[in-house]
Amino acid sequence: MRKILTCVIILVMASAAFGAPAAFKLGGTGPLTGGAAIYGMAARNGAQIAVDEINAMGGDIRFELRYEDDTHDAEKAVNAYNALKDWGMQLSLGSVTSKPCEATAAENFADRIFALTPSASSAAVTEGKDNVFQMCFVDPNQGTASAQYIASKGLAKKVAVIWKNDDVYSKGIRDTFVEKAPEAGLEIVSETTFADGNDTDFSVQLTEAQTKGAELVFLPMYYQPASLILAQAQAMGYAPKWFGVDGMDGILTMEGFDKSLAEGVMLLTPFNADAKDERTQKFVAEYKRRFGEVPNQFAADGYDCVYAYCQALAQAKATPDMDAATLCAKMIEQFTTMTFNGVTGENVRWSANGEVTKDPKGMVIKGGVYVGLD
Amino acid sequence: MIFLNYFISGISLGSIYAIIALGYTMVYGIAKMLNFAHGDVIMVGGYICFYAVARYGMNPFLGVAVAVVGCTLLGIIVERLAYKPLRQAPSLAVLITAIGMSYFLQNTALLLWSSNPKVFPSIIERGSFKLFDGRLSVSHVTVLTIASCLVIMGVLTLFISKTRLGKAMRACSEDKGAAQLMGINVNATISMTFAIGSGLAAIAGALLCSAYPTLMPTTGSLPGIKAFTAAVFGGIGSVPGAFLGGLMLGVIEIFAKAYISSQLSDAVVFAVLIVVLLVKPSGLLGRNIQEKV
Repeated sequence: MRKILTCVIILVMASAAFGAPAAFKLGGTGPLTGGAAIYGMAARNGAQIAVDEINAMGGDIRFELRYEDDTHDAEKAVNAYNALKDWGMQLSLGSVTSKPCEATAAENFADRIFALTPSASSAAVTEGKDNVFQMCFVDPNQGTASAQYIASKGLAKKVAVIWKNDDVYSKGIRDTFVEKAPEAGLEIVSETTFADGNDTDFSVQLTEAQTKGAELVFLPMYYQPASLILAQAQAMGYAPKWFGVDGMDGILTMEGFDKSLAEGVMLLTPFNADAKDERTQKFVAEYKRRFGEVPNQFAADGYDCVYAYCQALAQAKATPDMDAATLCAKMIEQFTTMTFNGVTGENVRWSANGEVTKDPKGMVIKGGVYVGLD
Repeated sequence: MIFLNYFISGISLGSIYAIIALGYTMVYGIAKMLNFAHGDVIMVGGYICFYAVARYGMNPFLGVAVAVVGCTLLGIIVERLAYKPLRQAPSLAVLITAIGMSYFLQNTALLLWSSNPKVFPSIIERGSFKLFDGRLSVSHVTVLTIASCLVIMGVLTLFISKTRLGKAMRACSEDKGAAQLMGINVNATISMTFAIGSGLAAIAGALLCSAYPTLMPTTGSLPGIKAFTAAVFGGIGSVPGAFLGGLMLGVIEIFAKAYISSQLSDAVVFAVLIVVLLVKPSGLLGRNIQEKV
């Protein structure tokens, strides 16, 4: 009996060692359900397309991708991260949204598992961690870029800001926007806040912006509260210019959303699905074929993350049998020196603290679709 | 003029709280239980209305009617399955059951309709009436909300004071045992109260989602808590109290947001509640009934 058992165990171990294809285990967490599910699903879908494309090319680099649901909750994100670690994750895609990613990034740092997050943009995600990198702009840069963009295009002089005070993403962008706006020649006439996701009445914030004469309202927030603000402003008969950030991306795919409400809403995002270059068009076509919708910026970030890993692993001559810590050291070396070209930007570079440099593109919603502003 | 604008926003928000609070206060007054699932019945009403209007293209008012029927049925079923068997149980057990019911409804909604936020189609055209050369604007939804709140409140008061069933409800509220001895079917009366409360919840859901057009499985929970606060504020068990409490809560919340701090509005609201309860523990219009030993 014991002999048979030993044989079986040996057989199982052998098949595990030889049978499995040599692939890098790539894991990430994101909101696959919940109010922010649009982001999580998009990032996962984008990453999956890239993984399938790279595996189909049959080169030395192969990936196995696994995403766990964190419902945009920091505690659940850590549980999801631990599940991925048990699975044997060698490289991490961090988390999709900022708050959960701050939690998982700390784990990444402690465990020496390299992370490249597609879209978690708060500064605290990368701060003080040498092995956590971002594919999207860090929040402070979005605030600066928005202020400069509004000023340089002459969109408005008097600006109102409505931000969400219990969200690091919103606060991070607001802080630098408020700091940089006067330098750019903008006057902030009204600044109001709201709290958690159940705060649905914006009449005070909008009335104040309107009476102070704001020509443009800056909305550093996710699309769900933004949809409420747009609807209530229309009911009030207030029609300023609206300017959002990358969290606004996704507003058009909300079920039941009246797209005419978002007409003329501007936002800064690094990805333009209308771009004419071959890579973007190929990616957009494949995404539409598989998931039936135009990919947003999060999908593009997820896609780029996998390709950036592919490039870095190839240059470092890494192999899937290396452990996470070895890969981590190699990836830090590559990411701080390499230049990457992806669908979310050309000449993408990373600084040693994990922040990315690339140019944002201005977009405007016209007739229910995103159109490039420039 | 800005003051008036804020005041109207407050009344608008408050009248939604008031309609929800009516449901809480009626059930509490008659069955002496806090139905914490009330907020979630509102959410279900919102979803039924959403599907009727957005998916099946019904007339919005017909959609609300469908939601009222649906929620009334839901209220009856919930009462029959979860609350009726506990009629003789200690009130704490009933309270816990109600909280459980609230989570049950939320999670069922999560399974059925997923947690992606849906945008509720307004039941009337979005826009506003302009007064004083456009310096004061009152949105259509606000007018509709205030009007429905007044109508519901009037009908409910008439119903309770004039009809036989209303009399039975008042009798149950005062003394269940004595009411039963007088030949009133207490069980049926309590079930009826739940049915009416849930029907009101559907109307509240449609109005809530028209004013703030976002629909998620958790949509009803915070307005539910606020409306419960309003009911306690006005004196729980009292119908005019719920109305007054709801309006005041809405106005205080908006004024706190506008004149004190948009970050502290909820803190101010609950601070006012604490002060009111310290001065008048039974609420603004609540009756202080001495318990005889």
